[in-house]
Amino acid sequence: MASIIVAGRKREFHRISDSFWQYAVYIFGASSFLILFLIALFIVREGYPAFVKIGIWQFISGTTWDVADNIYGILPMIIGTLYVTIGALIISVPLGIFTAIFLTDVAPIKLRSAMRPAIELLVGIPSVVYGLVGMLILVPIIQKFGQGSGDSILAASIVLAVMVLPTIVSITEDSILAVPRSYREGALSLGATRWQMIWHVLIPAARPGIIASIILGMGRAIGETMAMIMVIGNSIIIPDSIFSSARTLTGTLALELKYAAGLHWNALFATGVVLFVLILILNSIGLIMLHGRSK
Amino acid sequence: MAMHYKIEIKDLNFYYGKCQALKNINMDVYKNRITALIGPSGCGKTTLLRLLNRMCDMVHDIHIDGEVLLDGQNIFDKSVDVVELRKKVGMVFQQPNPFPKSVFENVAYGPKMLGVNNKNSLIEIVEQSLKKAALWDEVKDSLHKSGVSLSGGQQQRLCIARVLAVNPQVILMDEPCSSLDPTSTLKIEELMIELKRDYTVVIVTHNMQQAARVSDYTGFMLLGELIEYAPTRELFNVPKDKRCEDYITGRFG
Amino acid sequence: MKITPKVTQSFAWCICWIAGMTTIAFLIIIVGYVFVNGIGSISWEFLTTNPRGGLKGEGGILSAIAGTVYLIILTLIIALPMGIGAAIYLAEYSSNNLFTRIVRFGVESLAGIPSIVFGLFGFALFVIALGFNFSILSGSMTLACLCLPVIIRTCEEAIKTVPVTLREASLSLGATRWQTITNVVLPAAIPGIVTSIILTVGRVVEETACLYVTMGGSSNMPTSIWSNARTLSLHLYYLAMETTAINKALATGVILITIIIILNFSTRWLSNRFISLYQGNGGK
Repeated sequence: MASIIVAGRKREFHRISDSFWQYAVYIFGASSFLILFLIALFIVREGYPAFVKIGIWQFISGTTWDVADNIYGILPMIIGTLYVTIGALIISVPLGIFTAIFLTDVAPIKLRSAMRPAIELLVGIPSVVYGLVGMLILVPIIQKFGQGSGDSILAASIVLAVMVLPTIVSITEDSILAVPRSYREGALSLGATRWQMIWHVLIPAARPGIIASIILGMGRAIGETMAMIMVIGNSIIIPDSIFSSARTLTGTLALELKYAAGLHWNALFATGVVLFVLILILNSIGLIMLHGRSK
Repeated sequence: MAMHYKIEIKDLNFYYGKCQALKNINMDVYKNRITALIGPSGCGKTTLLRLLNRMCDMVHDIHIDGEVLLDGQNIFDKSVDVVELRKKVGMVFQQPNPFPKSVFENVAYGPKMLGVNNKNSLIEIVEQSLKKAALWDEVKDSLHKSGVSLSGGQQQRLCIARVLAVNPQVILMDEPCSSLDPTSTLKIEELMIELKRDYTVVIVTHNMQQAARVSDYTGFMLLGELIEYAPTRELFNVPKDKRCEDYITGRFG
Repeated sequence: MKITPKVTQSFAWCICWIAGMTTIAFLIIIVGYVFVNGIGSISWEFLTTNPRGGLKGEGGILSAIAGTVYLIILTLIIALPMGIGAAIYLAEYSSNNLFTRIVRFGVESLAGIPSIVFGLFGFALFVIALGFNFSILSGSMTLACLCLPVIIRTCEEAIKTVPVTLREASLSLGATRWQTITNVVLPAAIPGIVTSIILTVGRVVEETACLYVTMGGSSNMPTSIWSNARTLSLHLYYLAMETTAINKALATGVILITIIIILNFSTRWLSNRFISLYQGNGGK
């Protein structure tokens, strides 16, 4: 048997290597958290002066955003974001839930496996494409049959609804599928129709997951930028109808960041802080609800 | 006198967290012999086997009292390099677990990790190991085929060849035939008897007839204790402990 | 007509069908509209010349294609090692303690941060503070942060799927833990790692907001990582908002959607192959 020349130096190298990596992986592991921390650090550092100079309450409730006069209040943008998000949810939540039910219980099996890749595709389409289609189809229709120029909260809500839809559908679908078979069988064996079983047993059981999907969908809606810019009009006004133009928090950041300086710069970052905190809270709640559903 | 004991287990107590899995084990494993461990499920035989090459280190929260001496040195001593130990004490697992690599790469893995880089040395080692594992003739023309594409029995022999490639002194086998068909089982049992010429073999088995066929010494374990340990013929023909007798005659287990 | 449960069910079934069909309709309308109206503008010239700018949106998309490709490569180079390292930590070295929970919190939270906030961060740190200016480099570094959670999640899954018995075999042969990871676990996890690469590519192609504020958007052919450049999705945006060349914007959309479809199919195909790789015990 050929003796193995256990090369001493090589073994030593592997031993040291092993010890090194044992500690190095901790740094890799912490990388995400470090980045998160850095992001928070930067935007707070750059946004803080705005909060100080303008006052937090003034900033959030101020209705004027005027770069020329150096007055910054983000209320119109908050309202714009709010309306658009609510509008999107009004459309996408019922649509999403019923589509999810369709996928889990109503559609023929072949259709189900055809639809899933389709929904995945919806997720992957770039937001600018959504914006483009919205610009070319929705806006003219709204202009014709509604009021104003067509660039409106209505257009933005519809576009956003389609973008958020896949999130709601897939998480709701997963939640329904996670309900134990025994619930289904129990309800059916009592003589309930399938619909009664779904509506009165499955959906309530899947409720935490459904609510989580709505919250996470909300987070995505609030964070959407490019598609919004393309169809919402971007006027800094407090919108008074669904046909009114508006501006979102994210839109302001994208449109003005490149050319900002001084207090304007700080104000933009302060807006970023508001967004960051809002989304962090929303997502944390959503994730807790998602992981907390143990049944 | 200690020289023809390859492994001496002295007053070994082993705890998983608060649960004591092995109680006061005292056993001497003879060099160049096959020692079998038998007993009902959960009796601790696999636990004991895995202690011998410190595979137990993979689990957190364990506690060990007592000693296991390999050639007179306690393997749990702080100064012992676990990696060296595992080169000396190799293991074959219950389910064959070849790497999803070629047959050649599987056998060459050990030597490569230990620092052998010379292509010719590796080729020689692989050939010799496969021959010793009685697999060479079946795979010599397809060394580049994936290890997982072999049959169950071949895979297990491949795993044995892989262990042989690092030139161990002791070979531990954890129910090596339990997932194999009778023909493959027979081949591996023949292999074991060949191997004991050069290596010390310790096997854990569910199959009493296998232990009786193959081993020189047998230990019967129950609930973490080594109830009886004797030359195989003695243990099977005139068991001293009633529990051992009951197990052998099939009253339980 | 009496409203029996059966009637309610039929009604509900109708609603479900309408919902399902509406969802599909959205997809068909969007993809259909873009393809039908855009595919006519795709020509060899379109694909191989740079945009010339101007209100009419002259030129093609070559520099945008180049920008996208460079961005993808650079982002992968930056993010993949970090992501795989973190995945190794989570799958192999972590235990149930506070540090691990912080790590997981970091990964999950980072995944939810909107693209524009990453853009804000990237702009402040890479473009301005570190002086990289509007460049492919600033874009990739920002994007790398954004893509990290996806890579970590996918690779962690992939590593965890590698059977414990393979690790045991390696360790029992005398390999060190790190050797086991690099020589057995990672090679076995390659399908999953490739999936994470494909997902990242998809993300890079899709992303616009954070690149809008870090890459500059120049229509010139990028010559290095310091070049001011644009990606396909940015190009679509500029065409749509700053020119009248809507047909070219749609054509760009066709290219983008096609890329996404190919990537999605690759991921599915890869997962199916991955599953069969492990059923290989005893036969192929």
